[in-house]
This record gives sequence, C-alpha cells and structure tokens, in this order.
Amino acid sequence: MIKRDLVIIGGGSAGMAAAIEAKKNGIDDILILEKDGVLGGILNQCIHNGFGLTEFKEELTGPEYLSRFAEQVEEMGIEYKLNSLVLDVTENRIVTYSNAEDGVVLVEAKAIVFATGCYERSAGAIQLSGDRCSGIITAGTAQKYLNIHGFLVGKRIVILGSGDIGLIMARRMTLEGAKVLCVSELMPYSNGLNRNIAQCLNDYNIPLYLSRSVLRVEGKSGRVEKVVLAAVDDKMKFIPGTEMEFECDTLLLSVGLVPYVSLLDKLHAEMSSTRGAKVNDQLMTSIPGVFACGNCLHVHDVVDFVTDEGRDAGRGAANYIKGLSEKKKHIAIKPGNGVSYVIPQFIETDLNNDITFKFRVRKPVKNVFVNFKSGDQLVNKVVKPVLIPSEMVMIKLNKDKLTNLPIDEIEVSLEER
Amino acid sequence: MLDVIIIGAGVTGAFIARKLARYELSVALFERENDVGNVTSNANSAIVHSGYDPVPHTLKALLNVRGNQMFDEISDELDVHFNRCGSLTVAVSDEQMVMLYDLEKRSQENGVPVRILTAEEVKEMEPHINKEVKGALLAPTAGVIDPFNLVVHCVENAVDNGVKLHLAEPVIDIKDNGDYFLVKTSKGEYQAKVVINAAGLYSDKIAAMIEDIDWKLIPRKGEYFVLDHYDVGLVNHTIFPLPSAKGKGVLVSMTSSNNYIVGPSSEPIDDVEDFSTDSYTLGEIRRQATELVPDIPFNQVIRVFSGVRPTSTRHDFIIEPAKSNNRFINVAGIESPGLVSSPAIAEYVFENYVSKLFSLKLKANFNPRVKKYTRLNDMSLEERNEMIKKNPEFGKIICSCEKVSLGEIKELLERSVPPQTVKGVKRRCRAGFGKCQGGFCSPMVALILAKHYNVSPLDIKWDKESSNILKEEVKKL
Repeated sequence: MIKRDLVIIGGGSAGMAAAIEAKKNGIDDILILEKDGVLGGILNQCIHNGFGLTEFKEELTGPEYLSRFAEQVEEMGIEYKLNSLVLDVTENRIVTYSNAEDGVVLVEAKAIVFATGCYERSAGAIQLSGDRCSGIITAGTAQKYLNIHGFLVGKRIVILGSGDIGLIMARRMTLEGAKVLCVSELMPYSNGLNRNIAQCLNDYNIPLYLSRSVLRVEGKSGRVEKVVLAAVDDKMKFIPGTEMEFECDTLLLSVGLVPYVSLLDKLHAEMSSTRGAKVNDQLMTSIPGVFACGNCLHVHDVVDFVTDEGRDAGRGAANYIKGLSEKKKHIAIKPGNGVSYVIPQFIETDLNNDITFKFRVRKPVKNVFVNFKSGDQLVNKVVKPVLIPSEMVMIKLNKDKLTNLPIDEIEVSLEER
Repeated sequence: MLDVIIIGAGVTGAFIARKLARYELSVALFERENDVGNVTSNANSAIVHSGYDPVPHTLKALLNVRGNQMFDEISDELDVHFNRCGSLTVAVSDEQMVMLYDLEKRSQENGVPVRILTAEEVKEMEPHINKEVKGALLAPTAGVIDPFNLVVHCVENAVDNGVKLHLAEPVIDIKDNGDYFLVKTSKGEYQAKVVINAAGLYSDKIAAMIEDIDWKLIPRKGEYFVLDHYDVGLVNHTIFPLPSAKGKGVLVSMTSSNNYIVGPSSEPIDDVEDFSTDSYTLGEIRRQATELVPDIPFNQVIRVFSGVRPTSTRHDFIIEPAKSNNRFINVAGIESPGLVSSPAIAEYVFENYVSKLFSLKLKANFNPRVKKYTRLNDMSLEERNEMIKKNPEFGKIICSCEKVSLGEIKELLERSVPPQTVKGVKRRCRAGFGKCQGGFCSPMVALILAKHYNVSPLDIKWDKESSNILKEEVKKL
C-alpha cells in the first residue's frame, strides 16, 4: 500500500485550490486523483466568459481560469494522476483508485479532501411525465457534446429550469444556429444569476416563463416531437387550461445540481440538506481527516468562491495533518427562518480568526436583517437589501463574537425590516 | 427452407430459441427492435415469482412453479445476476390476514413452499415495514433477476449454438402454403416448416396473419420508480401487498443490482406503444407503496419508467397451435409471471408441439454456457489487477456512478449479440444506470459505439431507429 499525506479526490477548481493551499501550508506529499484526461473538471467545457471576477479582477473563460491553477499545480510540483477514478474510500482513509497504467491501487492518506463536484438532476429524478424518447438531455451533457465534441444535440429547443447552465446553453446553442423556443421555470423566480438572464435570454429574445413546467413530453417516434408546458399554482399543481405546446426536437434540463458524494454517503458521513456532507469550520466532515469543498459540499454559483472554499479545505487538511486542529468546542450552526442551509454546520476549532458563514435563502427577499442568534442572545445582525436563492450569501464573523454564547448553537435567520 | 422461425426475441422467444438450439434444427429468430428483450422483457418488476398467486391448474401456475425451479441452473449457465431473496406478501389488517390464509392454501395447491409469519417475525426480517403489519406469507423461492442480461445472454447462447438472429426486421406478413410458411419481413422472404409466434404485444397481429383468432390482447401499462443503491437496506425481500383482481399489486423490492424498485400500476391502454409515465399514476403508486413500507426515500429516485404487458382476454398464457395448422404455434398473452415462466414455456412448447413435428437429433456440440462476462465489480483486487495487466482498458473507468470500465464496454461489442445503441450498452453493463443517469458517461459511450461501428456519432441512437442523440456536427474537432 502506498502512503500519502494528502489525497485530493477531483482535480477541478476546488481540488486544485486545495492542493495549492495545502502545499503553501507545508504539506509536500500530495496526490490529486482526477477521473478525466485533463485537470480542471467541468470548467473545461465552460468556454463562455465571466469567471475570475473576484479571484483575478478580470473576466476569463473557464479554460483560461482553470489553466491559471493547473499551471500553479505544475510549477509547485504537485503530483496528479489523470484518468484515475476513485472506487472506494474507507473510514481509516484508504483510498482505492483505478487507472490504465497503475491498475487498482490502495493509498493510505493522513487526510483526504473530497472535491468531486456535482451532477445534474436527470429526467428520472424529477419524474418527468411523458414518452421515454431521446432528445431529453441535461444541459451540462449537451454542453459537453457541443463544446468538447462539436455536436449540437438539437435544433429546436425547450429548456426546463432556469439554472445557470441552462441559461448559458440557451445562448450557446442559439449562436450555433439552434432555435431556443423558451425557458420554463417551475418556481415564481429564476434560479439563475441575474446577469445570465440578461446576457443569455433577454439579449436573444428568448422568453422565460415562470411558474410553468413540463406537463408532458411527446415523442412516440423515438425522438422528442413536442413539449407541453402548463402553469402551476402555489402548491406546484398544474392549472388546467394553461397548456402551451412547442414543436421541438429537444428538451434541455437545467433542473438542479446535486453534490456527487456517493463515497461519503457510503461512509455514513453526516449529511446535510444540501445533500453534501456536514462540515466544521475547517471543512472537515464527521469522519476525522476527511474534508469536503466546492460543489460536492454545496453547489456554488460562482467558481471564484469554489476556489476560495478549496483553499479553506486545503488549509484545514494541512492543519489536521500537522496535528493543529484539536476540537475545542462544538457550536452547531443551524438554518432558521428563510434560510435553506448554512455552511459550516459546526464550529469546533479556534484556528480561524474570522468565520465565513455561507448560506442561501429559500425565496427572494428584500430589505431584511440577517440575524445570528444563540438562544436569546443576538450575536450579530446584518442588513441586506436584496437576497435571492440563486446567489450564495457570505457573511464573515470575528471569532471573538463566538465566545461566551449562552448555548452551543447559533441560528442564522431572516427578519423583515 | 428453415425448420423453425421464431417471431419475437423477448424472454419467451429467447428461451424457445435456446431450447431448439440443442437440436439439429435450422432456426431463425426475428425481432422488430434493434436489440433483444427490448420491450416487455425490458420493463417489468424483474421478479422470479414463487408461484403463490396464479389460479391453480392454469398454465400460469404450472409454468411459474416449474420455471422458478429452473433459475439456479439458468443463472449459472447464462452468467446472470440472480438472488433468491424470497418474497413477503404482507397483511396489514385482520381481513387481510384471512385472505393471507387463503393465499397459503392456494400456494400449497400450486406446490409452492410458503410459511405464514407473525407480525413480530415480519418486523424482525423487515425493519422498515409498516408497523401495522399483522403477518405475512413468506415464499422463500422467490427471487430477483437481471432481466436485461437474462434475455441478452439467452439469445447469445442460442446464437452461439447456431440460431440465426435477425434484428430490426419486423414480420409483415405470413402465408400458409400448406407444407410450409412464407414469412415476409421488412427485409426479405423466408420459408419455414414451423412458425412460433412469441411476438409479445404484437402476438395477436402475428396470429391473425394466418387465421381468425378468438382471443384479444388488452395491453396493460405498469409504471415504476427505480431508486439508487444506498447502503441502509430498505427491504430484504420482495414485498407484495395482497393480490387483487388487478394483479399482484404495487411491490417494493430490491433488484439484482441492489437498487430498489417500486411499482407497478396496472392500467389498460389502447396503444401498445405507449410507454409514457405520468405524475398522477406515479403518485398513486407512491401512496400504495408507502402503505407497505412507509419510509421509502423517494428523493433517491433515479428513474421512472413504464412497461406494457400483453394481457389477453383469456387471462392465462395462450400456448397452443393455430386452429388451421398445427405447425404454427402461438405463445401469447405472456404477462406476469412471464419472466419466471419463460424457460418452462420453452420446455412446454418443445415437448408438446415442436418435438412432435420433427424427428429430432440432439446437437453433439451444444454448449449451455455463455462465455463468462468480465465484471470488475464482482472481482477481487488481485483479479482486477490481473485483468488490467492483460488489458489496460479495464483500468479506465467510463461510468463513474456504476464503475464500469472501457474494457468491459469494448468487450460487449465483441460478443455475438453486441449492443448497437447507448441503451443497449446500459442494459448490458450498467454504464449510465447510476445516479447521474448517463449525464457524464453517455457522450463517451456514444463515441465508443461510433468508433466501433465506424459511423458518425450523428448516427448513434439512444434506443430505437429514430432515436438519434445528436442533430448536427458544428465543427470538426
């Protein structure tokens, strides 16, 4: 069995940032395991720009953004293995991977960082009604076919879900000569970033229908022929008489992303409502020495924040390997009114001066207080003019604010102003 | 002149073909789809039923019980995953307990070993069962099988032993010329001494090509949920409610691949090609299933699907020669328990009909076994590394959800019933069967197929003829 200080599973933006940061923090013996043939993960197929505004103060394409980190990985001499899929991880941190050159190899690691990204919810997951035909495809898969392999999956497209990949693909497929008929969103608000609604839909006159979903797909011939949309009421039930029919050959699904962490699930790591693992302030899961970051922890809207979170995990793993991350307390962080989740779920060390609380709101709100309460005690209060579910909120708290709490719990909640 | 033409390469036609392949006969198997076992055999509960339910002395009862006994040997010879996990038919009220005792009697009459369990025994065996459970009928011989590879491997074994398979070749017309039949397909004309109609949902149309028939098909659609694998066992047996006039009801079962399946509904439909699902029906299945197992994690659903069963107006299997010609044999109305019965149906067709029409000689070199499939997930680390040393492509994983290697996919393409579609690959080796449903691996699978068949990726299909995945090449890369 091979021994390594740190094994990082996934060489995308989170994994590369974790590796670079761990190395900067004195960990030399690092191995990145990447399942694809190149570093960078999903950014390889994101050829549009808009990446790096926070990180580099400029707008880069996905490949440009990732190459800045891939170059650093090379320069710093961090070892990585491509085309190497992790088959298994045990509680005592033995990682099993497979590739063509090495075969199936066991690696014993002092710490592991999960940076495995997310996957797209499929037609089955949303129990799409209608015929089981071809032409029903997730937006990311269509993006891979187009941007990596050079093929359009369809010429007349209806998009279900206003997630960012769907919006980006609406523009991308239009530019390649496809006709995007509309984007249909189940919720009464968009799930994509506002800038993508403006730049990808409005600029191309692609209508966005809110509170509407697919009633059924028709495609007896074997390929999608028609998509029927209908309006839904506030209980998400279809309203009869609101049907809209679209003759098309493709239904593109952009109906949500889910952290891809079946291996953590199998380890019975404590899981959160994000469907990622619960983590502490070091981004360590409930399994000692096993860390998680990026889209496999919670799905991000901006890659720059993935990178930042990767660095946190890399630092956390380095602290753990160096024996610094002794647990000194156990403050549980809970989502309260209007908040769907908060990361981290626990504060257990004194290592960070500031703790960044990351969370999402359940629905769009205006003019609210974000309250941090421990029991009856108000720890912190922040005013926010607008919060929407598609944009992750980040609020920093100094660790001094987290001392002398009445109970070992902080609730993050919204309050109308 | 062929000795026998079998129409339909579903599970029934497959086992008949394999049975006939043991003898010195020229046999051709015609299938309208581009893959075998792609319709009713592809979309069902995949249960090897014990036989507790069919009305005694019917063909269903007889052939179900006989078929069940054959599955240990079949799964071994055909290298198909099979798990005799047993079934529990669960009573949740005192009235149902009375019905359970009737069912016990029926099982005994059918020759099926069963035992009535107390509520406590049931709860111990199935911790997730409805707490209101009053008792259950345990049928230990029931099992779950991989229905996809059952048919694929069965046809492969028939082909390896000399049967000629014609895919994507529907039968259009049949003429009874007295001494032989002239079978016209989409691609040509064939003469055969004997025709066996195992055409599933189309068996009424095939039968009617030579004479008027006194039965009809009233196809019934069944919708299902499939759940991902997850570690904590939801159920350890196939859990049935008490049967009703509509059938065996909505079951909750693990599958041979350690997924979970919930369904089916049972609704008569007019259109045999209606494989759609709808949220109302799925909601109803969900309601019924949670009466058996209240905490089914529906957020783990990875797929919904429907299958159509060829229920007939006779409500029993129809296995008999045509009235006008005893060399035309109808094998129709093979609804549940058709999957488990299929090897026994083949035996029955052979012994009662085919064997009486020919003077038969066993083939000297018949081999009942398929060549072993490479399944890395079933191997030890050492065995796996041995395989990778021989062929590094066994080290490159294509499907990260189900952990299927490039080597395993390519090996499928070299077999005698190779997949031609992305779904064909999925059904055989599970690439695309996992939580992302092929989101990550399907482009790679499509490109592997295109390269193997030396066609453009534009020509690669998801499933049937017009189900192309890609529409246009935008640039040569």
